[in-house]
Amino acid sequence: MLFTKDDWGKALEELRKSTRILVPVKEGDLHTFQPLAEKGIPDWNYQNTRMSPKALVYPQSERMFEYSLGEGDANAHVLKESSKEYKPQAVVGIRPCDAHAFQIVKLNFDNPEFKDPWWVKRHDSTTFVGLGCNEPCSTCFCTSVGGGPFGKKGLDVILHDLGSRFLATSLTAKGEGFLAGLKGGQKAGEKDIAEAQEMEEWAGQKISGKIPTRQLKDKVVNQLFNAPFWEEVAFSCINCGTCTFLCPTCWCFDIQDEVLGKEGDRIRNWDSCMFPLFTLHGSGHNPRDKKTQRVRQRFMHKLKYYVDKYGNGVQCSGCGRCVRYCPVNIDIRQVCELMNNY
Amino acid sequence: MLEYTEKIRETARKLLEEGKVEAFIGYTKGTVPMMNHPVVIRDPGKADILHWDSNCALNLCNYLTKMKGKIGIIANGCNSRNIVTHILENQVSRDQLYIVGIPCKGMVDHRAVKRAAGNREPEEVIEEGDTIVVKGRGFEETIKKKDVMQRNCLVCTHRNPVIYDEMVAPSVEEQKEVDQFKDVQMIEEMTSEKKWNFFTRAISKCIRCYACRNACPLCYCPTCFVDESRPQWVGKSSDPIDTMTFHILRAYHCAGRCTDCGACERVCPVGIPMRQFTKKLNKDALELFSWEAGLTLDQRPALDTYRPNDYNDFVR
Ligand code: SF4
Ligand code: SF4
Ligand code: SF4
Ligand code: SF4
Ligand code: SF4
Repeated sequence: MLFTKDDWGKALEELRKSTRILVPVKEGDLHTFQPLAEKGIPDWNYQNTRMSPKALVYPQSERMFEYSLGEGDANAHVLKESSKEYKPQAVVGIRPCDAHAFQIVKLNFDNPEFKDPWWVKRHDSTTFVGLGCNEPCSTCFCTSVGGGPFGKKGLDVILHDLGSRFLATSLTAKGEGFLAGLKGGQKAGEKDIAEAQEMEEWAGQKISGKIPTRQLKDKVVNQLFNAPFWEEVAFSCINCGTCTFLCPTCWCFDIQDEVLGKEGDRIRNWDSCMFPLFTLHGSGHNPRDKKTQRVRQRFMHKLKYYVDKYGNGVQCSGCGRCVRYCPVNIDIRQVCELMNNY
Repeated sequence: MLEYTEKIRETARKLLEEGKVEAFIGYTKGTVPMMNHPVVIRDPGKADILHWDSNCALNLCNYLTKMKGKIGIIANGCNSRNIVTHILENQVSRDQLYIVGIPCKGMVDHRAVKRAAGNREPEEVIEEGDTIVVKGRGFEETIKKKDVMQRNCLVCTHRNPVIYDEMVAPSVEEQKEVDQFKDVQMIEEMTSEKKWNFFTRAISKCIRCYACRNACPLCYCPTCFVDESRPQWVGKSSDPIDTMTFHILRAYHCAGRCTDCGACERVCPVGIPMRQFTKKLNKDALELFSWEAGLTLDQRPALDTYRPNDYNDFVR
């Protein structure tokens, strides 16, 4: 389907009456996904959101259970699942790397062995409408990790930005349903499709750097683990949560209880392998109490353990957030190369 | 400030060759514009990777904490003041250090540069004296450095290191008559309610990544109160009250110690102006105790000393 950008905007406005629509909105220096509303004006010329959109399915803090500690209370000490919302939502304008990332983490949250009910329900109630990247950033390396500026993994619809128009192509039944719910638009002509094709090729060529990952799976785990370069890689790291919190493929969480009076909440919060509390045992022992061990864990998890465990490539979609925003410029592209070539 | 690079390399090479230091801490050029990478080198042959420009605005003193052996380190004004504080707080000793002083001309605010480039992606940022040239796909902008300087540097009155073993260049002139606390005064004049709203808004995007805390050399506690889970001094979720508690407590832990180096603000991934907390305490320390952190090794910091005959009656 072909929409002028005006018509596209109007169609979303109309749809927002029945579906929660999330769009990239500029706020100060950065973009975030916000519900489309009078104030949530989409900026389709954005590069990417500062925070990955993972929070739309997997919030930074989420109340799991509630309980009462009041002894007189009939349900004292019994966990009750907190009420949650799973209204259908559509993330419109998500970048292909970030949609791919949901597929990468799906193996962890939704597999034959384990299902995280909240992640699964929220993921399944979300439609991913991607916006291909005409202008990939210099830090993007999606093409090295199984994606691309117009990659389709994890998307229900893909948009090609053709200047004054959007070409919207559905990729799944969910996507078809989404497009069917939009008013306006017209059938795309052959010329438009050819133009979109050209755009794709051009964008792919703009990503010049290729990060080698092919040999990671053949490395011996312990040899990589004991490689001599970790001290040097880790020296400058300040063990903050920037890389992991911004990352669309980092999934670790921590569970904490918070009590006020006799009322308690069991909350899960994003955690980070960079934090000291991450592996602290009840005994007080911490098997990963040095920063080098933590830095190694981050890279080994993404670039070796995940690779070995799932046979699905690396746990990274090449979005480049950690590359751009690591305050001390620890660059995963370089570390990946070190590991791959070791 | 690019011109310092050669001298830094030369000095580091010499120190390592002569065995005066075992390790030398400095910066190397980063892989992304305006992001430099702290490094430690132990091999004189590697001295040529060292680099200096107006984006070396982290605080290298951070890496000295409990470090062993003889260490060479580069230090501009604010970093040297944190080194003094570190020595006073027994995190490193003076005789372990060989400090290569850098007369600082101020650091560039990477966010301001991006804004000045119309939020287009800078692919190359070239510094030429007082101007900055930003290049990206299909654009090139020339900006005056003073228009994109870090806010702390604009009001810095200690650009020259206060402690050093050797300088890479002659001292620069200190900035005089800067109104250091104009922003703090503006907040002080607000009603309590307005103040609360101001700070609530200021931290509303905080993701509790703790980059601000970890970039700061003052935060070296073996276990930070936010990382303690038994007892939980502060909630771990993204609840705004917990986030505010973190910010206020972090700031208080820096009272009378903060040098306004700006590292905390620089590293924040979402651009929180958390210096507004610490600056108020810096102002109080100056007004109540005539104290600026890290200027001398000869005096105990304001908050770790007590005199029964103090001239301030609120102490008595
Ligand atoms: S790699 Fe960078 S972003 Fe990640 S914890 Fe270390 S300093 Fe922070
Ligand atoms: S590891 Fe870095 S580049 Fe890869 S998905 Fe995460 S933030 Fe993006
Ligand atoms: S605060 Fe002063 S010494 Fe520190 S970087 Fe800025 S101008 Fe230089
Ligand atoms: S609180 Fe911020 S400005 Fe103050 S010393 Fe620490 S990092 Fe520097
Ligand atoms: S660096 Fe920024 S986002 Fe991270 S904890 Fe500090 S203020 Fe919050």
